[in-house]
Amino acid sequence: MPSHLPRSAAWKRLLPLAALPLLAGCGLVVLDPAGDVAKQQGDLILISTGLMLLIIVPVMLLTIFFAWRYRASNKEATYKPDWDHSTQLELVIWSAPLLIIICLGAITWVATHLLDPYRPLARTAPGQAVAAEVQPLDVQVVALDWKWLFIYPEQGVATVNELAVPAHRPLRFRISASSVMNSFYVPALAGQIYAMPGMETKLHGVFNETGNFTGFSANYSGAGFSNMRFAVKSLPPAAFDRWVAQTKASEGGTLDRLTYLRLERPSEKEPVRRFAAVEPQLFDAVVNMCVEPGKMCMHDMMSIDAKGGAGIAGIHNVRDIAYDKFAARGSTDIARWSLRYVAALCSSPLMRAERPDATPVNPERLRGEGLPVPGAGPGRTALNAPATRPMS
Amino acid sequence: MTPSSPPATDPIFGRLSLDAIPLHEPILIFTFLGVAVGGLVLLGLITRYRLWGYLWTEWFTTVDHKRIGIMYMILGLIMFLRGFADAVMMRLQQAMAFGGSEGYLPAHHYDQIFTAHGVIMIFFVAMPFITGLMNYIVPLQIGARDVSFPFLNNFSFWMTTAGAVLCMVSLFIGEFAQTGWLAYPPLSGLAYSPNVGVDYYIWSLQIAGVGTTLSGINLIVTILKLRAPGMRMMKMPIFTWTSLCTNILIVATFPVLTATLALLSLDRYVGTNFFTNDFGGSPMMYVNLIWIWGHPEVYILILPLFGVYSEVTATFSGKKLFGYTSMVYATVCITILSYLVWLHHFFTMGSGASVNSFFGITTMVISIPTGAKLFNWLFTMYRGRIRFELPMMWTVAFMLTFVIGGMTGVLLAVPPADFVLHNSLFLIAHFHNVIIGGVVFGVFAAINYWWPKALGFKLDVFWGKVSFWCWVVGFWVAFMPLYILGLMGVTRRMRVFDDPSLQIWFVVAGVGAALIAMGIVAMLIQFGVSIWRRHDLRDESGDPWDGRTLEWATSSPPPDYNFAFTPLIHDLDAWHDMKRRGHQRPVAGFRAIHMPGNTGAGIILAAISLVMGFALVWHIWWLAGLSFAGLIGGAITHSFNYKRDFDIPAATVAEVEEARTRQLAAAGA
Repeated sequence: MPSHLPRSAAWKRLLPLAALPLLAGCGLVVLDPAGDVAKQQGDLILISTGLMLLIIVPVMLLTIFFAWRYRASNKEATYKPDWDHSTQLELVIWSAPLLIIICLGAITWVATHLLDPYRPLARTAPGQAVAAEVQPLDVQVVALDWKWLFIYPEQGVATVNELAVPAHRPLRFRISASSVMNSFYVPALAGQIYAMPGMETKLHGVFNETGNFTGFSANYSGAGFSNMRFAVKSLPPAAFDRWVAQTKASEGGTLDRLTYLRLERPSEKEPVRRFAAVEPQLFDAVVNMCVEPGKMCMHDMMSIDAKGGAGIAGIHNVRDIAYDKFAARGSTDIARWSLRYVAALCSSPLMRAERPDATPVNPERLRGEGLPVPGAGPGRTALNAPATRPMS
Repeated sequence: MTPSSPPATDPIFGRLSLDAIPLHEPILIFTFLGVAVGGLVLLGLITRYRLWGYLWTEWFTTVDHKRIGIMYMILGLIMFLRGFADAVMMRLQQAMAFGGSEGYLPAHHYDQIFTAHGVIMIFFVAMPFITGLMNYIVPLQIGARDVSFPFLNNFSFWMTTAGAVLCMVSLFIGEFAQTGWLAYPPLSGLAYSPNVGVDYYIWSLQIAGVGTTLSGINLIVTILKLRAPGMRMMKMPIFTWTSLCTNILIVATFPVLTATLALLSLDRYVGTNFFTNDFGGSPMMYVNLIWIWGHPEVYILILPLFGVYSEVTATFSGKKLFGYTSMVYATVCITILSYLVWLHHFFTMGSGASVNSFFGITTMVISIPTGAKLFNWLFTMYRGRIRFELPMMWTVAFMLTFVIGGMTGVLLAVPPADFVLHNSLFLIAHFHNVIIGGVVFGVFAAINYWWPKALGFKLDVFWGKVSFWCWVVGFWVAFMPLYILGLMGVTRRMRVFDDPSLQIWFVVAGVGAALIAMGIVAMLIQFGVSIWRRHDLRDESGDPWDGRTLEWATSSPPPDYNFAFTPLIHDLDAWHDMKRRGHQRPVAGFRAIHMPGNTGAGIILAAISLVMGFALVWHIWWLAGLSFAGLIGGAITHSFNYKRDFDIPAATVAEVEEARTRQLAAAGA
């Protein structure tokens, strides 16, 4: 069962994988990360590998043994040229992998739900549940060509290529991109999720250690992709507050729409930049592809569509819209295109075409401690928790 | 690098201009000079020895499935050298580019290389190899004289070749895509790839795709309709079974690829918005569609090789294949399940946990029939008399290598594990582990196994073993570091690196690539030495390995008509059964044999398609229109060609069979 079980330490000792944990000491960040989510994902790798080795190792040994034992020069070995069937053996052949896959499938189902990147954290570390009043720190992430923009709505600051967060506090990332697909990945923190233009993805995670880490794009996005790396600083809470104060006091200026449009132009090896203030709703404008002044937002367009379109007048209004159809975003031509944007016809409240968060699940119950005594009715687990969102 | 607006289009030359020749890239110039000199020497030799007529009448226009099969293998081998050169360049770049060094490849070149490596290795190496094998072996195994549609077979081959040529042209005229081998939009859309790279990608795959789809249809019909009397479905050799399943997959999935690329080209050429960021386009739809083709594609590649391993294991263990029935069902299970797993290529796109776990679990389920197959090979070896000839060595190497690749594959099917390993070098190591350990090793097993059948002499064992050990050791040395780097969080398609502690692993991987290079050289030497020593290595019997299936009943190489009389099938291992029952070759009573005639239509139509593809890439509209008209006209003209069959007179058949009788007598059979 997933790795947050206290038994997982014992599990690992049993694994015939002695080499991998040893290697973890020398930089295998995926198996030895600094965040609880990534840690559980890393443990899941070890558990699954161990489970599969139960069948892989015997198969490999048998292969070598049979190959040696039944070599043609060994005339002492039995030779049965017409033996080609054994029902018992066939049963074993099919059921052995089946059993392993049943176990692994069960683990997969539970772990996938528990470690769903959209699910707010229920704990920050083994045995440390998140109290109901604790709000995660929101960070809005935009992948640009070829750098990362981080907006802190709560603090009202923004940075480029630097992600500073407080340790031990749950983090909630809202992720989008300006032009092409990227993948937001901080291996020490949690698994990755795609950053896509015009769409929003989410990721929850927490740092259990302070320190400096690296994040990068894990999905190829063009010429400057290799240098699309950013510094990740996990700070003690007080130091994070100091960092915010410093950023607010910095000379970085305000990240408004025009600054954003200049910033999103393709560039490589961008140095760290900090903005003392951010225009509100900038991230929502990015997701709705309407940062350009006067450009109709996607949610407006969708609400017009939902009402059956804008009628004959609308034909003239929408004909000239081009976002990045003929030229890359941020290229010099975008100014030319933006001249031709139509003004929004009407405005509607921001529509969030996104998957709602799942409810946090307390994994304590899964390991059996939270379950009621048999006969006392079903306990609540991740699998029968009341669905608060449509399972897509 | 990325011009902000599309290049201007000239009415005569389209977008083609002298700037399209990459004169500023010394690597490409030297490659071009090498290719040009080598090509001229080759053409000169062909002319000097007056081989043009021979090549045209005996090879280019042939409709003989055996010769087409051999041409597919040659195409695969040539493209393999190109794809491997790309791999070596990537390894070199990644081993160099540390600590501020930019390596030796600029992004524009490096990004083309990894894209071309993937495209070429899948479409123009692995696909020709498996199609070539199926083409050569399947009709022989089912006792047929040719495939169902011999002309279509020739046409399919040349379309595949035309696609490969168009892809190669991009090396010297213009550029190839810089998008990764599946060309995800929006990166592959007009806004972010305004130049011809993606167009080369689209049209070379579209042209080759015609060939692949048609050859899939051809082989399905061949297997269903042309089996010798007595060969019921459950008496078909296992390689034929896996070929059938593979071709069903081809016919069912390649149209999806064609449609997806057609939508992408509409976006690029006509201004539609299927996959653009705005106007309701959805790049996510492209990712789904391309993987609905892409995942079955990997089973298209591996299934025929599973068949090869089954044939090889049974033959060299001197035993019937263990669990034939469960092997067939396992193959069919894999065929069906391969459609239900595509989403595991993008768990990280943000689907819900239920969707992700569904696709994760279906993926794991595939490992059950695959595991059953592995056990079947294992128990075929059990209580056998295993001769470790080269094909069997490759098979054992496959069994030991593939299980590791399978294991890491199942690991990647666990969505939360995939979140940390997706797009990492761990993934790269995984799929090379299954594609090299499964497909490539299998192709080598097949080449060593069936070479004597195809060419009449065995392959040299010494150089075969040198190649084997270089390959197997080289594979492990090249890809184990990638597993470790993946666990260090290193992602794929990187051109330069920050962390100097990673460099050693890339250097080790480079050493592995060098070992593999030695394996390839040894293999080429093996081919050369074997051709040189062909009289010593001659196979007179037609059955050098004590084979079990029908192809070994013929001479090596088989006569044009394969079988003078269509054999009657009584048992699964038809030839083994015939040998055991003391089957006598018929030596009299021969009749004229009706055969398909050669035609130049295939190569001509494919050449016109190549021109059309080139014209479309460069927006040379008049030429595209002209060649399209030529294509239609050519096809219509071909349909009026009534000289498409002939009879081999009974006397000729008797002569060939008489020679065979003498050959067998001389060999003391």
